[in-house]
Amino acid sequence: MYTQAMDTMGKERLDTPKPVRSTDEIALQEKFDARIDAGEFIEAKDWMPDHYRKTLVRQISQHAHSEIVGMLPEGNWITRAPTLKRKAILLAKVQDEAGHGLYLYAAAETLGTSRDQLYDALHSGKAKYSSIFNYPTLSWADMGTIGWLVDGAAIMNQVPLCRCSYAPYARAMVRICREESFHQRQGFESLLTMMQKGTDAQKAMVQDSVDRWWWPSIMMFGPPDTESPNSEQSMKWGIKRISNDDLRQKFIDATVEQAKILGVTLPDPDLRWNEARQHYDFGAIDWNEFWQVVGGDGPCNRERLAARVSAWDDGEWVREAAMAHAAKNDAMQEAA
Amino acid sequence: MSAEWPLWEVFVRSKAGLDHKHCGSLHAADPQMAIQLARDVYTRRQEGTSVWVVRSDQIVASDPGDKAAFFDPMADKVYRHPTFYELPKSLDHM
Repeated sequence: MYTQAMDTMGKERLDTPKPVRSTDEIALQEKFDARIDAGEFIEAKDWMPDHYRKTLVRQISQHAHSEIVGMLPEGNWITRAPTLKRKAILLAKVQDEAGHGLYLYAAAETLGTSRDQLYDALHSGKAKYSSIFNYPTLSWADMGTIGWLVDGAAIMNQVPLCRCSYAPYARAMVRICREESFHQRQGFESLLTMMQKGTDAQKAMVQDSVDRWWWPSIMMFGPPDTESPNSEQSMKWGIKRISNDDLRQKFIDATVEQAKILGVTLPDPDLRWNEARQHYDFGAIDWNEFWQVVGGDGPCNRERLAARVSAWDDGEWVREAAMAHAAKNDAMQEAA
Repeated sequence: MSAEWPLWEVFVRSKAGLDHKHCGSLHAADPQMAIQLARDVYTRRQEGTSVWVVRSDQIVASDPGDKAAFFDPMADKVYRHPTFYELPKSLDHM
């Protein structure tokens, strides 16, 4: 699934570290820095600076929220999938997203924040999730395009996270990346089927879908490096390994070739090979749109959040009943 | 707000003959639910033939702060390794 360059979800910086520190803390910090520099992994119970912990809770939980909210746009098409095969594939993919969300919540909880606190941050609007899920899924082709472009961009983002310095996050990412490749391949194959065997209307539907998802997909890598306030610290800590702009370029270079095989055009007239750079040049990205969507004013922000909040509220009696049932069983076992 | 479901650690045996290996955690109200959720969350692609779940609060762990002192007594016992013993070449594969 889908991270955005998560350090960029808000324009504000994290709290700067406290200037006054005890000598113990300074010694611990030096030891920690040395471990990071040596490329060692940090485990949940190891000492870590507050700032590192906060950055990770924020990034991992936002990543988890993205997986969970990401089920909504695709869930929209499960009952309308064109064949039983496509429906089974889509169900499996949406179930994977739920699984990915759960691996990530579990990783975030190792940092000392409870699951309910994490949910509460999402439901109250305090925590963000990837802005891509605030766009609507208007046609069946969007299921293919999300797999190809959105999951494709997510894979570019996520592979380097398998080497993240925080080990529980890195382990979750290894598991996620192993499952992610199915998501991209099924999407591309679905689009390819329509482009090669479909009617003119189906081909037009694919092109329309690519036109709508291209720009939001390349925004998934986050704002340019020059406007990415927390990137430098995250790089130093080994939480982030490759910069937003480098990942975006890598994604575009790979995707242009794939679009040729598919037989679609990408909606950017400035997209062309630059022999000197050995990369594709591309047109200006509308960052106002990006910040607008991140800030809560995308096409579906309110709908997505409302769906999550009502799922949580409507499930409350189930959570309580399950606990009551467990307590009753325990009591009966003790009495026996 | 109702109480959170307790946390469980999940261990999966990937195939007969191998150890159960820790693969993550999850929240569940009771043991049956924990086993079922562990299957759904951690073995969607036949990753397991057996699964254990253990309440996280029931696990006793060594203290990472004591790591150096706790494991140090083993560091200087090189004679516990076969490579400590130099034997004639003719015995090389003993």
